Amino acid sequence: MALREAIESGKFVVTTEVGPLKGTDTSEVMEVAEILKGKVDGVNVTDQQSAVMRLGSLATCALLVQKGLEPVFLGIKNVLVISGDFPTLGDHIDAKEVYDLDSEQLIWTINQMNGGHDVAGNELQGKTDFLVGAVVKPVSDTDASTELQLAMMEKKISVGARFFQTQAVYEVDAFERFMKRAAQFKVPVLVGIIPLKSVGMARYMNKNVSGVFVPEELIDEMGKAEDKTATGLQIAARLINDLKDLCQGVHIMAIGWEKKVPELLQMAKLA
Amino acid sequence: MLRSEQKPFDEIQGYLEGEKKVFILGCDGCAQSSQTGGMPQVLAMKELLEGAGKKVTGHTVIDFLCQKALVASRLRPLEDQVMEADSLLVLTCGVGVQSVGAMVQKPVHPGCNTISLGGSRGEWRGTERCLECGDCLLHYTGGICPLTACSKGLRNGACGGASDGRCEVSPEKPCGWELIYERLKEVGRLDQLKQFIPPKEWNKQRPRPELLSTSLWALEQRNESSEEGRG
Repeated sequence: MALREAIESGKFVVTTEVGPLKGTDTSEVMEVAEILKGKVDGVNVTDQQSAVMRLGSLATCALLVQKGLEPVFLGIKNVLVISGDFPTLGDHIDAKEVYDLDSEQLIWTINQMNGGHDVAGNELQGKTDFLVGAVVKPVSDTDASTELQLAMMEKKISVGARFFQTQAVYEVDAFERFMKRAAQFKVPVLVGIIPLKSVGMARYMNKNVSGVFVPEELIDEMGKAEDKTATGLQIAARLINDLKDLCQGVHIMAIGWEKKVPELLQMAKLA
Repeated sequence: MLRSEQKPFDEIQGYLEGEKKVFILGCDGCAQSSQTGGMPQVLAMKELLEGAGKKVTGHTVIDFLCQKALVASRLRPLEDQVMEADSLLVLTCGVGVQSVGAMVQKPVHPGCNTISLGGSRGEWRGTERCLECGDCLLHYTGGICPLTACSKGLRNGACGGASDGRCEVSPEKPCGWELIYERLKEVGRLDQLKQFIPPKEWNKQRPRPELLSTSLWALEQRNESSEEGRG
């Protein structure tokens, strides 16, 4: 898995996610890692996702290295920078939010470190060499949000972001409109895919997840399906095929279906 | 009261780059007692700006800039002078700058930094909030404070969590960054969105020890030291 080489070579890139669970039992994560090994170009190891306390990303990354997943220092060559979920939306609502750096400032900081300086400008003994990724929401429900997302994408690039993963996309034409404007930035974009598991999940995301819009046709298709799992994966594979010529890669957020990612890649003819 | 200090003149001049005409607004409340935005400071700023080749279209001092109704009624007779200016330079706390921004369809520039007193005390505020961060960013954000209008206090843009323009953390309030976008659009300054705001100097948000000192505190100190002397 050499994400940097894959991204810089211009080839079609596939990334997915491994989410550490609550507690010290890492067997699930390890099993998923084994299944994904050699099948994807990179794996996001999420850090306290959904503002829920879990095993940290750094510790999990270190364990993945021991499994031989990325034999370099700590295994961490790539960092995805996001603002993160607010504590009150998670399971430790009394925790103090920090936000002393925002995502643009953290990208800038990592770029400083790659250049041999810390955030305060002090010189480092030995530089970092991180590939910095960032996120963007390609579909918004207000003009202000659309314009802010594009302006921030440009700003993130200006301070060192080298690739983008997006929020989950279900509408090909909306993503095409976004890419028409984002193409000018000439930066690899990996379109987000979340396979649908049920009608309830689609409706939940439409109601509660910012930037996710599952069209009624897809919800109907899920509703009528006898085998929801097969249909969910088929829809995801179809979306990948419809979207892949618009961008440079795909980022699959399987949310519990990590072990089905190789199957999905086969269905989408990416494996 | 909110305590403020004037920004360095170089920083203020930087804000006014590319602009020729400015209206200066001071406040006879906290800024007057901080000696940062009373009439003497407004007049001194006028002289400095004219020396730097700017046209000052007008100036005034309003009792409490934090009161939007007062801002509107006191500026009405001066409307021509205000509208002739490219922007307004506001010598007051962060609340005053924001309340002027909300009432006047012109770019606003903060002339002061509001400094922390380690907790707010009895000020007369509208809906605008100032975190007394000591390093006012309102020039870059259309006169709407990203530290208080955005639940996460993000300085460079929205988190992406808003739905229909509402904040994901507190859905009862609008996304602060969407408000900032709309305001910048309204005053023709959308280019500000591309400006990278470097990591903030949070150290400036800590109250300075001398500002926590009160006359009562001084009295206690004196009593303690005289008791020590007796022992």
